[in-house]
Amino acid sequence: MNELEVKLIDDNGIRVDGRKLDELRPIKMEVGVLDKADGSAYIEHGKNRIMAAVYGPREAHPKHIALADRAVIKCRYHMAPFSVEERKSPAPSRRELELSKVIRESLESSVMSELYPRTSIDIFIEVLQSDGGSRCAGITSASLALADAGIPLREIVAACAVGKVAGKVALDPSDIEDKQGDADLPVAFMPKSNSITLLQMDGSLTEEEFNQALTMAIDACKRINQLQIEALKRKYVSVKEQAEERHEPKEATA
Amino acid sequence: MSSTPQLPPVAKVEQKTVVDFLVKGKRIDERGLTDYRSIKIETGIVQKANGSAMVHLGKTKVLTGIKIELGQPFPDTPNQGVLTVNAELVPMASPSFEPGPPSETAIELARVVDRGLRESKALPLQTLCIEPGKRVMVVFVDVYVLDHDGNLIDASAMSALSALITSKMKEYKVEGGELQTKDEPVPLGVKNEPVAVTTAKIGGNMILDPCLGEERVMDSRLTVTSGSDGNICAMQKGGMGSFSDQEVRQAVKTAIEKGKEIREIIRGATART
Repeated sequence: MNELEVKLIDDNGIRVDGRKLDELRPIKMEVGVLDKADGSAYIEHGKNRIMAAVYGPREAHPKHIALADRAVIKCRYHMAPFSVEERKSPAPSRRELELSKVIRESLESSVMSELYPRTSIDIFIEVLQSDGGSRCAGITSASLALADAGIPLREIVAACAVGKVAGKVALDPSDIEDKQGDADLPVAFMPKSNSITLLQMDGSLTEEEFNQALTMAIDACKRINQLQIEALKRKYVSVKEQAEERHEPKEATA
Repeated sequence: MSSTPQLPPVAKVEQKTVVDFLVKGKRIDERGLTDYRSIKIETGIVQKANGSAMVHLGKTKVLTGIKIELGQPFPDTPNQGVLTVNAELVPMASPSFEPGPPSETAIELARVVDRGLRESKALPLQTLCIEPGKRVMVVFVDVYVLDHDGNLIDASAMSALSALITSKMKEYKVEGGELQTKDEPVPLGVKNEPVAVTTAKIGGNMILDPCLGEERVMDSRLTVTSGSDGNICAMQKGGMGSFSDQEVRQAVKTAIEKGKEIREIIRGATART
C-alpha cells in the first residue's frame, strides 16, 4: 500500500496521469443531448461519463408531496451496473441515497423554485462510467440540464473535489488517487454569490491543509463555471445556425 | 429519490423570535452563540450489549448499543475487522418520524457518524482480524434516537464513541486450526476520539448545537468532525442554503476548538466505567 502511495506523485511533483497538483482532468460538456427530457447535459470529466436530465416544472407525483409556496425538487443520483470495476447492483445503495440528498441540497438554492408552486422539478443523474469525483461531475451536469430546461436559476452551480494525495493537497483526484489518497473534499460552489452549496470531507486534513484545499476547490469551480457557460452558449449558437439554415435555404445549384 | 421535504409549517413569529435573539447575540434558550446545551453521558445502560451509552444533549436523547460478533471480512479487506454503523429514527422520538425503511435523514446520520469513526481510524480494524480472509470481529454500532430536540448528528457521534470506548468483547485466537476463546472480556481498544461539532446558519448568524426550534428555521448546517490530534476527519454540509468560504473557515476553526471541550466530557464519562 505504502509503496503504491509513493508512486502517486513523482519527484517532480507530477501525478500518475501526468497532471500538476492544481491541474484539472480534461472536461467536456454538451447540453441538450436527450430528446424527451425538458433539459439534459452530458459531461466527461476525466474518465467520468455522466448524463443528467431534468423534467419539469411538471405536476408533482404523488400529489401530496407538492408544496404550496414553491416547486418540489426531486433528485436521483444513480450509478449504472457497468459503471465500476465490479458490477454494481442496480438497486440504490445507501451511498447513492445519501448523495441524492446532498446533490439535491446543493442545487436547491440555485433554482428559483418559488416561481413554480405546487409543481415538481425532477433531476436524474446517471453515472455511466465512474472515476473519482462523480458526485461533483453529477452536480456540474445537473445544473447545466436545469439551465437547458429553461428553469430560472440564480446561478449555475459548478462542483469539483480536492484530495490529499501522497501527503500533498491535489486538485480533482482521479479514481486511484481517491482510493489510495489520504482525504477527499468535494465542493459545489456558485461564484458570483460566493456560496458553497455542497461540502463533504473524509480522510485526514489539518486546518491549514483544509483552508488550502478549499481555496483550490473554489478556484477550480470558477474555471468549471466558465466551461459550463461556454457549453450553454454553444448549444444556442448551434440552434441559431440550424434555424437560419431552415429559413434561408442555400440556393440550389442548377 | 430525494425530494424537498415537507416540513411542518413554522409560524413567522417563531422564525422572527429566533432571528431577533440571534441579532442581539442571544438564543431562545438563553445560551451563548457557541454554547452547547448540557451534555450528560451514561454508559453501560444495556448489559446484553458489548457496550452502550445514552447521551442527553439538552432534551435530545440518543442511545447507542454495540454488538460485536464473529463474522467474515469483506473480500477487499481480508485482514480487517468490519465496522457497521446504522441509525434508527425511532417513531417515538418525534412526530415527524414514521416506522418503515430508513429515511434519507437516517441514512445520512448513520453515514456521517460512520465517516467520523472510520476516517479517524478510531477502531483498530487490523487487530480485529482473527484469521485473514476467514474470521474477523464484526462491530455493529446501532444508534437509537429516542428523543429529537435537534442536533442529532453531534449527539449520535458522542453516543457512538462513548459506547465504543466502553465496549468489551471476547478475545478469540486460532491455535492448531481450532478457535479458542478466553472467559475474560477485553476492551475494544479505541485509538482515536472523533467528535462532531455542528454549526447552523440562521439568517446570516452562525451558532453551535442548534436545538429543534433553531433547526426548523435554519438555512443550512455544517458538521465538522475532528480527532484527538485536532485534524479534521469528516465533514458534511446539510440543508438547502449555503455558506460563504469565510463562514466555512470560521466554522472549522470553532469546531476544532469546541471538539476539544466535548472530548474531555466524553473522556470523563467513559473513564468512570
